[in-house]
Amino acid sequence: MPATLGSPRRKPALVCPAGSLPALKAAVDHGADAVYLGFRDATNARNFAGLNFDAAAVAEGVRYAQSRGREVLVAINTYAQAGRFGQWQRAVDAALALGADALIIADVGVLDYARRAHPDARLHLSVQGSATSYEAINFARERFGIRRAVLPRVLTLGEVAHVVANTEVEIEVFGFGSLCVMNEGRCWLSSFATGESPNTVGACSPAKFVQWQKVPAAAGRPESMDVRLAGILIDRFGAEENAGYPTICKGRYAVQGETYYALEEPASLNVLALLPAILAAGVAAIKVEGRQRSPAYVAQVTRTLREAIDAAFAQGSRFTVRPAWAAALAKVSEGAQVTLGAYDRPWR
Amino acid sequence: MGPTVTIPRFTLPPLVARIGARLPQWPHAVALAAALEAARVGGVLPAAALAALEGRTFRVTALDAGGAADFRFANGRFRPLLRPAPAPDLHLSANLSVFLELLARQEDPDTLFFHRRLAIEGDTELGLAVKNMLDAVDLSSLSRLPMPAWLRRRLGLAA
Repeated sequence: MPATLGSPRRKPALVCPAGSLPALKAAVDHGADAVYLGFRDATNARNFAGLNFDAAAVAEGVRYAQSRGREVLVAINTYAQAGRFGQWQRAVDAALALGADALIIADVGVLDYARRAHPDARLHLSVQGSATSYEAINFARERFGIRRAVLPRVLTLGEVAHVVANTEVEIEVFGFGSLCVMNEGRCWLSSFATGESPNTVGACSPAKFVQWQKVPAAAGRPESMDVRLAGILIDRFGAEENAGYPTICKGRYAVQGETYYALEEPASLNVLALLPAILAAGVAAIKVEGRQRSPAYVAQVTRTLREAIDAAFAQGSRFTVRPAWAAALAKVSEGAQVTLGAYDRPWR
Repeated sequence: MGPTVTIPRFTLPPLVARIGARLPQWPHAVALAAALEAARVGGVLPAAALAALEGRTFRVTALDAGGAADFRFANGRFRPLLRPAPAPDLHLSANLSVFLELLARQEDPDTLFFHRRLAIEGDTELGLAVKNMLDAVDLSSLSRLPMPAWLRRRLGLAA
């Protein structure tokens, strides 16, 4: 069933990222309905040095959000490693004991544990679970009682609407942020370069493998900023060129004598222009990417999406994107440019 | 919260960098190391995060001011480096206004990086640890530190 531009059935919740307590407060203060965060350990797919929450910070974040009528979702979204399953079980127990409104889980073993040990817990299927069909989502509902699924960023808007129409599980989609164009958390390009799994080392471009190097101008060659992942040159930026994250999929390569962005350009997903159709499709929540970013980003993006979602809900098909919103989101985007990603891809 | 101050984007005239580069650099290092030490002693920077900085050397270059500050975190303290190593473990370079925007939490470092207004060279993981440590600072913990009135207002702190 294609998405139609009738009046939206419900206003989606705005779900915003927090890598620190100040970021959580920024999200709540600027209009997030829910904030997602993770522990400072291997159970969290954004496990970076200095980022994330210990138990005391989760407790303070839950208090801050819930006292203002907002929710805290705890992402326990890595795949449990052999012989260490207890760590994931303890994370599930701790998050619920600290008052989390829901858990975002990818691993079926962790989902199974959470359902058995905590029958009343609200469970969300993480994007890292890579469920792109309603059959997969309904299976997770039957087996683990999931209440929501986060869709990977590879479906067209028509496909999203088709999933929503064929499941009772709430559907959450990405609305803004850096974009994975492949199988989330399982990028083989990244694994080929680093020997690591992006799901378990925090990102597809783990910092310890990244090298930025200013190269001064030399004979016949202008100044550049070279970026390498595990020693592999993935891009060379001119002095004034905008940059993105150092991911292989957004690098420039020589292909048959021409050097260009052969897979994807540095750009961030931005769905503002599609909001009426996304609301009409009946999604339950719109998610912002970026737990690795600073409170300033969280504040700017949350404020913008809050205004835009409220306007789209009130105005329906008369909704138009305000230039100030577009400018605010383009500014914080990779390469200072945005894309509709797979949502409006004409091909299947 | 009083009226907030927005830091304008500015570039100092080229003459400033030409003069600044000819001045001794050690006062910058002494001043920055002293400020970081004050933040550390004041309990603003978490000990667990600081441990990741042990033994590492840093350079902060204000491009349009022609100034650089070299320092090291060793034995749990920030110390200026009066004879800097040729290649520090982490090198941050930007115009002065960019550092002020970061200090005031007006702009996200990744955004500044995408726009090529902030450069990070050396150990990327160390850079990320520093960035995350600064992001996690609860602004209310800064209220005891001495700082200029404009920054206090920008951060929403009581005067």
